[in-house]
Amino acid sequence: MARVGVFVCHCGTNIAGVVNIPEVLEAAEKMPMVVSATDNKYSCSEPGQASIREAIIENNLNRVIVAACSPRMHEITFRRALASAGLNPYLLEMANIREQCSWVHSDNKEIATNKAIEIIKMAVAKVIRHEPLYPRQVGITKRALVIGGGITGIQTALDIANAGYGVVLVEREPSIGGRMAQLDKTFPTLDCSACILTPKMVDLSQHPKIKLMTYAEVKKVTGFIGNFEVEILHKAKKVDHLKCIGCGICWQKCPEKVPSEFDLGLGKRTAIYIPFAQAVPPKPVIDLSHCRYTKYLTWVATGQEGKKPPECRICEKLCPTAAIAWDQEEQLFTEKFGTIVVATGYQTYDYSHYKEYGSRDFADVITGLQLERLMSASGPTGGEVTRLSDGSHPKTVAFVCCVGSRDQQRGRPYCSKVCCMYTAKQAIMLKEHDPEVQCYIFYIDVRAGGKDFEEFYLRAIDEAGVIYIKGRPSKIYQDGKKLIVLGEDTLMGRPVEIPVDLVVLATGMEPSAGADELARNLNISYDTYNFMVEAHPKLRPVETHTDGIFVAGACVGPRDIPECVAQGSAAAAKVAALFSQDTLTTEPLIAVVNQARCIGCLLCVTICPFKAVDYQTTQDGRLIAATNESLCKGCGLCIAACRPKAIDLRGFTNQQILDEVAGLWL
Amino acid sequence: MPGVDVITPKPITELRSWVETLSGQKVARCYQCGKCTAGCPVAYVMDPTPRQVMRALQLGLEDELLRSSTMWICFYCMTCAARCPREIDITKVMEALRLVSAQRKATPAQKDFKLFHNLFISNLNRFGRIYELGLGLTYNLLGKHPLSKAELIPGMLARGKLSFIPHRVKNTDRIRDIFNRIKAFEKQGKP
Repeated sequence: MARVGVFVCHCGTNIAGVVNIPEVLEAAEKMPMVVSATDNKYSCSEPGQASIREAIIENNLNRVIVAACSPRMHEITFRRALASAGLNPYLLEMANIREQCSWVHSDNKEIATNKAIEIIKMAVAKVIRHEPLYPRQVGITKRALVIGGGITGIQTALDIANAGYGVVLVEREPSIGGRMAQLDKTFPTLDCSACILTPKMVDLSQHPKIKLMTYAEVKKVTGFIGNFEVEILHKAKKVDHLKCIGCGICWQKCPEKVPSEFDLGLGKRTAIYIPFAQAVPPKPVIDLSHCRYTKYLTWVATGQEGKKPPECRICEKLCPTAAIAWDQEEQLFTEKFGTIVVATGYQTYDYSHYKEYGSRDFADVITGLQLERLMSASGPTGGEVTRLSDGSHPKTVAFVCCVGSRDQQRGRPYCSKVCCMYTAKQAIMLKEHDPEVQCYIFYIDVRAGGKDFEEFYLRAIDEAGVIYIKGRPSKIYQDGKKLIVLGEDTLMGRPVEIPVDLVVLATGMEPSAGADELARNLNISYDTYNFMVEAHPKLRPVETHTDGIFVAGACVGPRDIPECVAQGSAAAAKVAALFSQDTLTTEPLIAVVNQARCIGCLLCVTICPFKAVDYQTTQDGRLIAATNESLCKGCGLCIAACRPKAIDLRGFTNQQILDEVAGLWL
Repeated sequence: MPGVDVITPKPITELRSWVETLSGQKVARCYQCGKCTAGCPVAYVMDPTPRQVMRALQLGLEDELLRSSTMWICFYCMTCAARCPREIDITKVMEALRLVSAQRKATPAQKDFKLFHNLFISNLNRFGRIYELGLGLTYNLLGKHPLSKAELIPGMLARGKLSFIPHRVKNTDRIRDIFNRIKAFEKQGKP
C-alpha cells in the first residue's frame, strides 16, 4: 500500500507569490493515498531536506512528491534526501510547479493555483506506480586508446600515462609527429617546431605505460564507456621492428625513389623508408606499392607478361639483423579499452579546385605547408628557399590568404584560424633568410586573436617590411619567369597587379581523410565538413555525446598548437578522472525489453541513436531485442517505435504515463 | 589594360624615403584604421583623405600624391597625430609632403593652395602676423578670382575683423631673423 507524502515548496516568493499554498495543501491532502501534505519555505535547503527526512520516518512514507522546481534543478538533491531517510531514491517524483506553473502564470493566481493542484495530482497518480530501482556498477578497463599521433595525441597519451594509466596510441602513418613535425618554426615565438616536438615524441616512445602502434588503423569499435572493444588493423610493415635496429642501411641503399609524402612531393624518399629523420619509431616500413620486389612478385603472379622487373631485395641482403620480413601480413587485433580519445587532426585543403590560382599548374605556386618544408633545415632543400621551376632564390613573394577558407562557393565557409599568423611567420622567416626579399600578403581580414599574435603581425609589418594588401587575388598567371598576381587594394579601391617570383597559397584546414568513417565507427557526431562535434562547444569541449569517447585538437575544428596541446591535456584529465573510479554507476532509468512480448522486428535496433539495443536468441530459438544497460540513455525512442509494446522505460513505464494522464480526471 | 588604372605597389620610392627622413615617421606602421580621416576637420575637402595618403605612400603612388592638394589643405591641427593608435604623427607626414611638393611645379589643383601658403608666409615675414585685408586682396588678385568670398567683407568690417592698416608684432626684427635662419639652412641643403 502506497503511503504518499506531498511536500510543497514556496521557493521564497517564486512559487508562493503566485500559487496559493494553503489551498494546494488542502487539495493535496484529499488526493488518493496521500498521508501527509506539508510546505517548506525552501525545500532544497538543509532544514527543508531535514523536514522531508523527518516526515518520511514519522509518517512511514514510501512515496514522495516534491512540488517545487524542475527536476533538472534539484531531483538529485531530493533523491539524496530520500536515500538518507532509508527510502529508495527512485520513489521520488518531482511536480514542477515553478517553471511550468508559477513563472508562466504569474498574471493569474487562481489559474496558477488550480494548475499547481493538477500537476501534483498527476504526480501522485504516477508515483503510486513507482518501483524501487537500483543503479548498477560496471567495471572499468583502465586503459585508454588515443587515435592519432600528432601533437594532440602525443600530449593526451603522455598526460594519461603520467597519471599512471596505460595508453595505446594508434597512428596510421609510419611515424608519429603529425603536421607539427612538418613545420619549420612556430608562431608567434618562432620556436623551432621539431626542437619542441621531437623530445615529446621520444618521451612517448620510451614511456613504460604507453604502447605505440604506428602504421595501424582503428577498424571497428563496440562496447561502451569503461568497456570498449576495438579492432585495430596493423598494416604490413614487412619489417620486423623487434629485430630492426634502425641503422638506416636499407633506406640509404634502396634504389626505388618516390616523391615523399612528408615533404609534400618536394623531395624524394625510398620505397623502404622512415618519413623523416627524427621519426618515431626510427624504424622503416616498406611501401609495397613502390617496392621493386613486390612488383617482381606481381609480375610472377600475373603470368610473367612484359619485361621482367628486377628482383632487387637489396634491403634484405644488406640488413644486418635480418629484419626484413616478406611474410609479414596485415593483422587485425582486438583490444579492450576504458576510454577512447580521438585526435585525428587535419590536412591542408587541396587547392586544385582553384582554377584562378592555377590548380597546381604553376611550379612556383606552392602551399604554405610546402614552404614550411622548403624553409626547414631538415627539408628537401636543406632550408634554402628556391623556386621549383629554376632553382633561383625568390626576391618577391606574394602570399594569398584564405585559400579553402571563408569561401562558401568551395564549400569551406569557415575560417581556418592559423593562416593569418602562419603567413606572417613565413614572411618574417623569408626576410630573415634573405633580407632582399619583399613579401606581399593578400588578406581579407587579419585575424590575430591570441596571446602575442597582434604584436607578431605588426612585427611582420614593422620589421620584415611586409606589405599587406586587403583583397583577395582574382587571378594568378605566368608571364615569362614571373607570376603575375591580380587583385584589388580595397583600401584604395584600386586594382593591383604584382609581378612576383613565388606565390604561397595559405591553404586552410580540413579534417583528415577518413574522419567521417572513424566517427561513424565510434558512433560520435560529425559536421558537414567532417569535423567531430563536441558535446558542448563551450562547457564540454572535449567530450562527445557518447560517454567515454573524447575528442581533442584539430579534428574538432581549426586549432593552433597551444590549443591542441591544451585540449589534449583536457581530454587526458577527463580520462584520468574516469579511471580514478573503480566502477561506473549506471543510471537505472533505462529501457528494458519484455522478452515474452518482443516479436523480433528489431526496429528498435536500427532506431537507437546510442547503439544500445542489440539482439539475442532465446532458448527456444526466437530472435529478440536486448538493451545494454551501460549504453542506454533512457531517451525512449525505442519505446515509441516498438509495435508490440514490448519495451518499457524504467521510471517512466507506459503504465505510469497513462496513470499520470488519467490522474487529471481523478 | 586600357581604361583601368591598375597599380603595382612600389615599396621603396624616393618620395617615401624623403617623407620618412623629413617626418621621422615610418609610413609602413599605418594599419589603415581610418581614425585620422574620421577625426580630421577638413577631410571633407580632401582627396585623397589622410588615410589614403598613408596608403598611397605605402604603395608608392608618388605622382598621384604630389599631384593632390591634401597636404596643402591640412592646417596642422594635430588631431590625427594625437589620436593615431599606431603613434604615427600624420601631421609631420603632411608637412614632409608639403616640403617635397613645394619643390615641384604646382598642379592646377594645388595652384591656389600654394599661392595662399606663400602669401601667408610672406605676411608673417613682414608683419609677424596676418594682415587679413592685404592677404585677401593679393590672394584674390594673383589667383585671378578677384571677387571670391567678397560677400564676407561687409560683415567682417562691421565686426572689426578687418583693419585697413596692417598690425605688427613688437619685434618684427626677431621674426625676420627666424626667416633668415631658415633661408640659410635651405642654402646649406638642410630641410
